[in-house]
Amino acid sequence: MLKKMSYSSLPEDVLEHVFSFVQSDKDRNVISLVCKSWYEIERWCRRRIFVGNCYAVSPRMAIRRFPEVRSVELKGKPHFADFNLVPEGWGGYVYPWIRAMAGGYPWLEELKLKRMVVTDESLELIAKSLKNFKVLVLSSCEGFSTHGLAAIAADCKNLKELDLWESDVEDPSGNWLSKFPDTCTSLVSLNIACLGSEVSFSALERLVVRCPNLRTLRLNRAVPLEKLAHLLRQAPQLVELGTGTYSADLRPDIFSNLAGAFSGCKELKSLSGFWDVVPAYLPAVYSVCSGLTTLNLSYATIQSPDLIKLVSQCPKLQCLWVLDYIEDSGLEALAATCKDLRELRVFPSEPFGDEPNVSLTEQGLVLVSEGCPKLESVLYFCRRMSNDALVTIAKNRPSMIRFRLCIIDPQTPDYLTLEPLDVGFGAIVQHCKDLRRLSLSGLLTDRVFEYIGTYAKKLEMLSVAFAGESDLGLHHVLSGCDSLRKLEIMDCPFGDKALLANAAKLETMRSLWMSSCSVSFEACKLLGQKMPRLNVEVIDESGPPDSRPELPVKKLYIYRTVTGRRIDMPGFVWNVGEDSALRLS
Amino acid sequence: MEGCSKTGEQACPQLLDLMAKERRKWLVMRDGEASSSEEKKLELRLGPPGGEDKRWSLKDSTNRERDDHHHQYLLSLGYFSSTNNSNNNGFSFLHHHSSRSLPVMAKESSQPCCTKVADLQSAAEKKAFPSSAPAKNTAVPNSSQKRTAPAPVVGWPPIRSFRKNLAGASASKLPASESPNDVPSKTVDEKPAHEPGRKNPFVKINMDGVPIGRKVDLNAYDSYEKLSAAVDELFRGLLAAQRDSSAGGLVNKQEEEKAITGVLDGSGEYTLVYEDNEGDRMLVGDVPWHMFVSTVTRLRVLKSSEVSALSREKFGNSRQDKILA
Repeated sequence: MLKKMSYSSLPEDVLEHVFSFVQSDKDRNVISLVCKSWYEIERWCRRRIFVGNCYAVSPRMAIRRFPEVRSVELKGKPHFADFNLVPEGWGGYVYPWIRAMAGGYPWLEELKLKRMVVTDESLELIAKSLKNFKVLVLSSCEGFSTHGLAAIAADCKNLKELDLWESDVEDPSGNWLSKFPDTCTSLVSLNIACLGSEVSFSALERLVVRCPNLRTLRLNRAVPLEKLAHLLRQAPQLVELGTGTYSADLRPDIFSNLAGAFSGCKELKSLSGFWDVVPAYLPAVYSVCSGLTTLNLSYATIQSPDLIKLVSQCPKLQCLWVLDYIEDSGLEALAATCKDLRELRVFPSEPFGDEPNVSLTEQGLVLVSEGCPKLESVLYFCRRMSNDALVTIAKNRPSMIRFRLCIIDPQTPDYLTLEPLDVGFGAIVQHCKDLRRLSLSGLLTDRVFEYIGTYAKKLEMLSVAFAGESDLGLHHVLSGCDSLRKLEIMDCPFGDKALLANAAKLETMRSLWMSSCSVSFEACKLLGQKMPRLNVEVIDESGPPDSRPELPVKKLYIYRTVTGRRIDMPGFVWNVGEDSALRLS
Repeated sequence: MEGCSKTGEQACPQLLDLMAKERRKWLVMRDGEASSSEEKKLELRLGPPGGEDKRWSLKDSTNRERDDHHHQYLLSLGYFSSTNNSNNNGFSFLHHHSSRSLPVMAKESSQPCCTKVADLQSAAEKKAFPSSAPAKNTAVPNSSQKRTAPAPVVGWPPIRSFRKNLAGASASKLPASESPNDVPSKTVDEKPAHEPGRKNPFVKINMDGVPIGRKVDLNAYDSYEKLSAAVDELFRGLLAAQRDSSAGGLVNKQEEEKAITGVLDGSGEYTLVYEDNEGDRMLVGDVPWHMFVSTVTRLRVLKSSEVSALSREKFGNSRQDKILA
């Protein structure tokens, strides 16, 4: 047997080579904790960093620790910003990061941002200073316009990917596409689906023609159906396609032209778009359906009979996003056909209506859970649910990883028994041992949180609204869910006691959001003082929260950080920590 | 991060010291209770949970309205909670609803239970429920508890505003389901109310005397009544805070809570006006809703006194011209 080997005796470049095979961020973090020399070696060969909260660390610190990074992924605003809960001007600005990286990471190749405010200035700085820049992904970002995109197009000579996934882009001009120089042939992926205005079609076409490696092309609604066939013939190698508007006058020549163009695309695996769809044109895609793995029809108002025809042709489907027009009957067809289905999202077509406008119930989800053995990720909006159904789903699919259920009317009980849905969600957490993400809805008491705290040991993100009865609910979650990283709560009667009793837990989490709950300003202050590594931020647009001490704080965002309070807080955000305590006393 | 796990053990006791006595008591209680009923509570079962707690009836009186619903609910369902032991120090169920930040939601969220209990079987009767909503816009803010249509609560249902916009635009192409607020745009043949060009459903709204502007998602509303209720919801608190500070903080509760009413017909202190896509300032309220939605670029809540009789007339004329044009 070998003697205990000293790891530090291995040459540095050997270790570096070994580390290069370790892809997961978690594992890299563990490596860096082994000893000082591993820490040093690891930090010099880390090429990719992910920062889940741009305020948790400063760009300077990140660059100092990892000097040779090529790829950076950053997230900004809290997730609830998606639902308009974070006031405009809250923060999440990427400019400080770009400025630091322009100096510190001149060889940066990839930047992926989510929920951040990106200015044209930031984009221009990227274009100007990062000579080898290749990938820009802006998911749910805002604050920039097509001027900034024009700079990226013009100056990033090796650009491979430009993805504007559901970003809010000011687009005064569709002409920015023509700023891609004629020498630009490197594009692999282009997603402009979120843009509102027309793009210059000739510029788009020239770009598509000269990029032989283009695999992903997601057009925006302004691209008419007549032009789609033409584009497809230029790029038969496409793997992922987002159509533009999918409507035209019914003419046999348009149809046959389109169907012919689709049938030439043998590689297609993913389809999206289908804005304003005219169902008569859907059969044009049938020829590629047998190869499809992903179908995003969440903007396509296709009624159930047409959806059934479409889905029934897609036996390899792994991921389906669809509006609730699919109805239970469509989900039945899905369950019968798509045995590979892993992810299902069903969005509401009329979320604000009083009455159901479609026949979509808990039954549809039950059927899919029965028929699709690989189902592991669900987002489902519906108007009624029962404990029985949830128990069945849990038993059918114990491999579930993400389960997000939104019963549209808050505090809707089990429609059969009129009981709370505690038992149903309890079954989900009890049976699905690997559950990482859960969203609750319906009538729920503290009991459901007890189930969650007891069973959901791998849960990483939990979203709660209009649920629970007392502090005990929150206490169960914070004290029981060992892996919890993100917790977001709106309109629940959770308050000071649970929060303070579990203060230490908050340091192990990325963030906690609580709005319209029962947390007092006093408790926030106490928390901020006692936990210096937490930023405790109260958001209130109606004035300083200490002027109304008798009322609970409106919105509370707590996150751990190693850089202290952020400096870009707008007037309606108060960091209640040590400093403010000193100032107040 | 140095000593993360260590702090885990230390911080709790430290905080406990800071917690008031009853908080500690709570933790102790919690422990005792846990040991006594742990097995019972952790069992997954379909029967109604608990049944031993009578604290439901001990609500503090500020939540009476809500409680009424819940009593109704409780009486008809026989459902009681067993786990709200910590509710005893003035910490009543859904305490937050007494906060004025969510005046509409407080009522709305209780409605589903109420309605469903009242009659789950008969859809027809259920439908009759919304019709009790006041049609007169002047009455809206004060009587918001009578409305049963799901109010536009910020953040619920959890749909990305991006998606809301696009889905809404497409949905208007489909045959509309019947709705009390049906507008011509919802019929099949007509152009969608929200033009594809309307990229952003959010319209800025400012109010006289309130420095902070807001944004409203027009796709979240389907009528002027709901919009005016939203104006009240958005600005009531801000306006009160503003008055509060100018009055030296000595304003009583009632004053603070004063609703913003009559913004549509000029009967109130404030009047809602908008700028359309041609830059003209118009009175909100009498072009058809879908026309308003497709042309509005900005909303303002002006002091009615400043909307003089003269400009009122001017508004009227320009509006008429537009309709005729």
